[in-house]
Amino acid sequence: MASKYSNMTVKAFRRENGRVGVRNHVVILPVDDISNAACEAVANNVKGTMAIPHAYGRLQFGEDLELHFRTMIGTGANPNVAAVVVIGIEPGWTKRIADGIRATGKPVAEFSIEQKGDFETIRAASWAAKEFVHMTSEYQREECSISELWVSTKCGESDTTTGLGSCPTVGNMYDKLLPEGITGFFGETSEITGAEHICQKRAINEEVGERWYKMWKAYQDDVIFAHQTDDLSDSQPTKGNIEGGLTTIEEKALGNLEKIGRTSQYIDILEPAEAPQSGNGLYFMDSSSAAAECVTLMAAGGAVIHTFPTGQGNVVGNPIVPVIKITANPRTVRTMSEHVDVDVSGILRREMTIDEAGDELIDMICRTANGRNTAAEALGHREFSMTKLYRSA
Amino acid sequence: MSEIPHLLVHEHDDNVGVVVVEGLTAGTDMLCCVTHDNSTFRLKSGADVPIGHKIALKDLKAGDTAMKYGEDIGKIIADIPKGEHVHTHNCKTKRW
Repeated sequence: MASKYSNMTVKAFRRENGRVGVRNHVVILPVDDISNAACEAVANNVKGTMAIPHAYGRLQFGEDLELHFRTMIGTGANPNVAAVVVIGIEPGWTKRIADGIRATGKPVAEFSIEQKGDFETIRAASWAAKEFVHMTSEYQREECSISELWVSTKCGESDTTTGLGSCPTVGNMYDKLLPEGITGFFGETSEITGAEHICQKRAINEEVGERWYKMWKAYQDDVIFAHQTDDLSDSQPTKGNIEGGLTTIEEKALGNLEKIGRTSQYIDILEPAEAPQSGNGLYFMDSSSAAAECVTLMAAGGAVIHTFPTGQGNVVGNPIVPVIKITANPRTVRTMSEHVDVDVSGILRREMTIDEAGDELIDMICRTANGRNTAAEALGHREFSMTKLYRSA
Repeated sequence: MSEIPHLLVHEHDDNVGVVVVEGLTAGTDMLCCVTHDNSTFRLKSGADVPIGHKIALKDLKAGDTAMKYGEDIGKIIADIPKGEHVHTHNCKTKRW
């Protein structure tokens, strides 16, 4: 059924594999921690490129290593990235990541440091990066349907106003845009605790709901209960949550789940950093509730815009995905307005309905897709935090 | 709504509400709004309560269940008179 959202379009970049991106980054991607310096040197040499340094990539194995590869490949493959220079200490894993990104059809160049050193690697990689900047800076935005956007969500520094205002705003957006064919991501496995009975029922069918519950329960047993030293009441809710008035994990979870609105149902479950394979719709990604980790995983899964409700004022950003901050807390609007993209504090004053707030967010999603820099982008927030499952060998 | 509410309550079943104004002082005759249907009622605050924090809508006893969103959000661990501040000192998760 056609709605007023059906004909919305944005001006975005259509990539070689058909996916739509809203940014046009040339990324210099380190395979491992010890290649960060070379990547940063290349990014310094060639303007219009961005290095994404991180802490991992050596001596990982098993599922943890697979997650590392998935996160690296997914980040490079994200449609917000136009071209990638991959640098690693040795050629094997470098090639594996470069080939993974190449499968999208986008330009990728790979370099490894052993038997060359940083200087020679930086020289050669800088030439490749410069060519990519010339080429990709001529790419043009074209008209794309809003339905082609992949939009993720995760909230942070939540308080009671997120459950009243900013999370329902995101939920309203999903209720309106998922029927139009967008792809959505939500997650934060530990933070569903207290609302798991409700979350399970929001699956498209019983089979998906049961798989979701098993995933949630495994996290609860293998991570939380296996490692807890106290009652977790300082971590979930966090100190910031408690300062903002949230008392228990149940209360936090119920507010969190407002982000999937009234009618939206998730169609499948994703591993951390996994790209959706089941078509358009809403996906639950098994993910940390820490802001930068979660946004990083969803970006690696292919989200091109992130909607981020905050109460007390989380300032997180991401190197490749614009993070739209939404708050309903009037104190946060008053004290931290440089971080706020969408002010929905009118909901608390009963001057704005959730429906109106959802439309404002959709408008901001379109403007962001068209090129408006978010607060986090303008302020240089580029937090890239890899999730690690266990100690390296 | 011409007057701005001091307290928002999600559902009619809830026994706590959220302060949504800064600087709320004890003894305020609060305008309270149930967001589910925008119905309103009045309640006197029993304490200075910061924005975002909760207030008991009725007398609560230790062992009671705190209700918000129409759902169980934890257990009351100390008696709380109507209008008083509800937080970690008198309410706790049932999970850990």
